[in-house]
Amino acid sequence: MLTLSNIDAFYGNVQVLRGMAMEVQRGEILCLLGRNGAGKTTTLKTIMGLVQARTGSITLDGDDIATLPAHEIPKRGIGYVPQGRRLFAEMTVAENLEIGLMTRGKGRKVRERMLDLFPVLRDRLKQVSGTLSGGEQQMLAMARALCLEPSVLLLDEPTEGLQPSMIALIRDVVTELRGGDTAIILVEQRVDAVLSIADRVLFIENGTPREAVDADELRKEPALVQRYVGIA
Amino acid sequence: MDLLSYLPFTLPHPALLLAGVLEGTVLAAVLALTALGLSIVFGIMRVVNVAHGEFYMLGAVLAWFITHTITGAVGGPPWLGFAVALIVAPLIVAAIAATTDWLILKRLNYDPEATIVATIGILYILQQLALTFYGPDARPVEAPFDFRVQTPYFGYSGYKLCVVGAAILLMLVVWLVLTRTKIGFVMRATQYDSETAQAFGIPVDKVYAGVFALGAGLAAIGAVLIVPIQQAHYLMGGDPLLLSFIVVILGGLGSLKGTLVAAIFIGLSDGIISTLYEPTLAKILATLLVAMVLVFRPQGLFGARAA
Repeated sequence: MLTLSNIDAFYGNVQVLRGMAMEVQRGEILCLLGRNGAGKTTTLKTIMGLVQARTGSITLDGDDIATLPAHEIPKRGIGYVPQGRRLFAEMTVAENLEIGLMTRGKGRKVRERMLDLFPVLRDRLKQVSGTLSGGEQQMLAMARALCLEPSVLLLDEPTEGLQPSMIALIRDVVTELRGGDTAIILVEQRVDAVLSIADRVLFIENGTPREAVDADELRKEPALVQRYVGIA
Repeated sequence: MDLLSYLPFTLPHPALLLAGVLEGTVLAAVLALTALGLSIVFGIMRVVNVAHGEFYMLGAVLAWFITHTITGAVGGPPWLGFAVALIVAPLIVAAIAATTDWLILKRLNYDPEATIVATIGILYILQQLALTFYGPDARPVEAPFDFRVQTPYFGYSGYKLCVVGAAILLMLVVWLVLTRTKIGFVMRATQYDSETAQAFGIPVDKVYAGVFALGAGLAAIGAVLIVPIQQAHYLMGGDPLLLSFIVVILGGLGSLKGTLVAAIFIGLSDGIISTLYEPTLAKILATLLVAMVLVFRPQGLFGARAA
């Protein structure tokens, strides 16, 4: 499905990713774990073309997407929920959804499905998105990305700063997506959240992939989490 | 006894005041168009385009070339030459601006500081190209039509009033495009967050090229409209650039509403003060006003305060 091989990426002259490699299949949730600055967000940005990979390849169903301009990548079916939501804060909820729908020419049916998935957004369609609560903003960010009907969904810390009820809701939506055809790459700091929904976990250290383990294994052996993240 | 005789100053004659208001309105209309271009470019691209006045100058110079060719070489009527110039000159200027964006600004990654330096360079290149190929002379363009509108005191140029109407119409079109069309929607998304816009399939590079072309095109339209009133000259870009900066600083960089209100204020005050006193005094007062705004309200009258 989506494969990264030997990716090097830089911010200016500073190398952030060194030989990054991973693979995720349809219906699978792969979680990236690592300390702050390990390169998790940069990995997602590199997949989206927002940070250019200098070496290596990124393939989606066998097609190389690493050389595509950034705006072409979402059209191939990769949806992105950035860290901090990054909504178009001065636009309304409806306009934010419209941006997502426009990306791959989706219409009213998809919009309705998103509003069924996140009913609270239906009542706030005309509200400026910057005035929503943190949880509502996160729902909108997810709905906007799901409007692409993506085959791969990248989630960057979707539960950051949310109250427990919102975290549970987001977790339910992600779990539901797993049942479908969508491959999910999740960056998450909350180890309990990772262990509850991930199929596999990839530990990243200094921009390098260290170890990929099944989530079941990890639940039995939390020492790995201690080694790479510093908490158990 | 006449109460007006107690005033510590002499009221200007109503005819003079009316002339000042009319001239100020024409200036305000053209200034609003020109400053709107500068404001859109800054608002969406965060580029301070110091070469904006030279795109205005190019519009005027091209208008002269086009009307001169059609009326002189081809023998067409002045209205035809002007009509062609009004369409073709802004398109050529927009194409030059889009090429400039692709050749220079894009390669600088639209870095705010680097693009200021680059646009200063573009200013001099365009100015010297105009001097080389157009020459140092100021040349007139014939108005497409000439009729006078009678006021209680004097007859006033109908063409000038049409310039005001055309500018209002164009600004309305720009506003409609920005707020009611898909192109405007995409531009606004790019303005709010260009990285996220890319992550949702918006070709930000193309949007930037289009916005830079639109900004330059608006300046060129303003110049074509004004060139039958003021002659085309290779140094004519300086004043509109200064006044456009005054307008966008007063109104708030990137604020379309602020640009419009400030253009009306600066245009009217410039027209009235220039007519009643001295054009230089009008510029001095406008510059002082900008200094005051920068000290007491740096975000401008309608701009958002930086976080």
